[in-house]
Amino acid sequence: MSSRDLILSKIKAVPLEAKNLPTIPEFEFEGDLKARFIASILANKGEVITKAEFFSLLDSGVFEKVYSHIEDFSSFTNIKITEDAHQLNDLNLAIIRGQFGVAENGAIWLEDQDMGLRALPFITEHLVIVLDSENLVANMHQAYDRIGLQESGFGLFIAGPSKTADIEQSLVIGAHGAKSLRVVLLNL
Amino acid sequence: MSHPIQAAEFLQDQAKSKWHDETLWFVRDKRDKISKSVPEWENLRDLASQIKDNVLANLGKYLEEFEKNAKANNIHVHWAKDAEEHNRIVLGILQEKRCKAIVKSKSILTEECHLNPYLEKNGVEVVDTDLGERIVQFLNQAPSHIVLPAIHLKKKDISEIFHEKLHTEKGNEDPDYLTHAARIHLREKFLSAKVAITGVNFGVAETGEFVVCTNEGNADMGVHLADVHIACMGIEKIIPKRAHLGVFLRLLARSATGQSVTNYTSHFRSPSPGKEIHIVLVDNGRTAQLARPKFKNSLKCIRCGACMNTCPIYRRSGGFSYESTVPGPIGSILSPGIDLQKHSSLPFASTLCGSCTDVCPVKINIHEQLYEWRQEITKAQPDRAKSLAMKIANGVFAVPFAYNLSGNMMRGALKILPDSITYSGLNTWGKQRDLPELPKESFKDWYKKNRK
Repeated sequence: MSSRDLILSKIKAVPLEAKNLPTIPEFEFEGDLKARFIASILANKGEVITKAEFFSLLDSGVFEKVYSHIEDFSSFTNIKITEDAHQLNDLNLAIIRGQFGVAENGAIWLEDQDMGLRALPFITEHLVIVLDSENLVANMHQAYDRIGLQESGFGLFIAGPSKTADIEQSLVIGAHGAKSLRVVLLNL
Repeated sequence: MSHPIQAAEFLQDQAKSKWHDETLWFVRDKRDKISKSVPEWENLRDLASQIKDNVLANLGKYLEEFEKNAKANNIHVHWAKDAEEHNRIVLGILQEKRCKAIVKSKSILTEECHLNPYLEKNGVEVVDTDLGERIVQFLNQAPSHIVLPAIHLKKKDISEIFHEKLHTEKGNEDPDYLTHAARIHLREKFLSAKVAITGVNFGVAETGEFVVCTNEGNADMGVHLADVHIACMGIEKIIPKRAHLGVFLRLLARSATGQSVTNYTSHFRSPSPGKEIHIVLVDNGRTAQLARPKFKNSLKCIRCGACMNTCPIYRRSGGFSYESTVPGPIGSILSPGIDLQKHSSLPFASTLCGSCTDVCPVKINIHEQLYEWRQEITKAQPDRAKSLAMKIANGVFAVPFAYNLSGNMMRGALKILPDSITYSGLNTWGKQRDLPELPKESFKDWYKKNRK
């Protein structure tokens, strides 16, 4: 007997009482979605900036190698587009668009099309996600309602920069992935 | 060695054990604060528990559904009945890919299966990429906590091992500096690995996808740069629908570290063009646990670690004292199911205060199961109940006159006995704690005087 069949037959042999799945109710959310989303991003050690602030940041020249995956900022792209994520190792800034954000925890939803290469939001030194403030949901239940059964091969919630507290519980930002997350919130 | 002996060793370094105790309590406190900011917290715990009840009642059906959908998404699905088969499957994939070095993100299952030593024995270099796991790997240790692997170490220890392994400045204990050194070291490993291994937080039957949560982004750095992703998943990690992720993700990080969500929550549904995803579904004793009506609920665990952070015994004895992959209260109900003989002291490493049950996000009745295991173990090992003290107590409690007399005697004796005797090795209750001040009279005497 294959291990698959063995495992399944062992499970079948256990007499188990039927248990119904519960219905997830709609939980109410009090307060302002935008304010809560911004507070959540800050709590996750990200930043929220305006489009104007972002332009002046770009103009300041602090980012040497830049790649924008969205049209609006493509004029700032100054690296050769690559199919091999390893080539992005010295990328200083990636700019991508988030589909929507979750107010209760600051998580921003992304799919394959939003990243191009799946490694992009991780391997870049700094990450900017452009998000329309109209695209906010209250909590994770609404988030999965909105995602539905889409079929992207990879889906990702990003809620902040790469971080760790594995050394004596001291928080350090910039473990392996992006050292910063800035969210450019449009239509504030 | 039994838990009390190991715990005594941990308590030798008083300053460190005090820090351990306080730090984990601080994490527990953060969990309390953030859970209270969610008005529907208790509803979420109920929902999570009910969803997991349904999973356990339909485990076979959901696993088959998961397999069907994952295969349709071009994911290779493997089944392993035990740790040995799991390790063999992983090695087989590596050999087929001619891969001699891998990166691995946090996976308690691969710890349980002792995958690292197995692969190393077969000539594969394994690099754990979670910072805490890399630290303990440098020290040839296992993680002492499932969420905070290096919580038993101080920054001085980490500075020393990094100086040796990564040539950081001697004596530089700055966490920023040390983390940065690890970043540079691990970046090299990420860029060169052809195969990356991860654990799985949730597998979704409805879609055939699986979800991995990290704060460091190490799982994603590994798998998106490698050609092959191997995900190792215990069969109990399955959930029926994608919408259920909403419930579990609201509970997991809040329970684990007191944050609202991990900074990265990755949903793997199908491989990038030209790449491969393999998933290994592992039993290794889980179906046996499912068949034990009193203990099957332990399979609902989502590995948040909240029961460890709150446990007065875990905080004061450290993860290693349990000598099991999953330590703490949940480990003490999982491990006896795997090896009763080896782990027979664990269900006794508890005050049965029930704090673990109170914080559990999926409402496992942990302290009740600890009690149930004690019954099983006492039945299986009758010697355990025959200590001299228990025999005397048995006699004393059975005879009212003896009970009254012994109470008077103890109140008198403890007053006049020197500390050297009260806190000698003969009195287990005098170890690592002061006995409370004794009342002058028994409650019974007091009651007689005051309530005539």
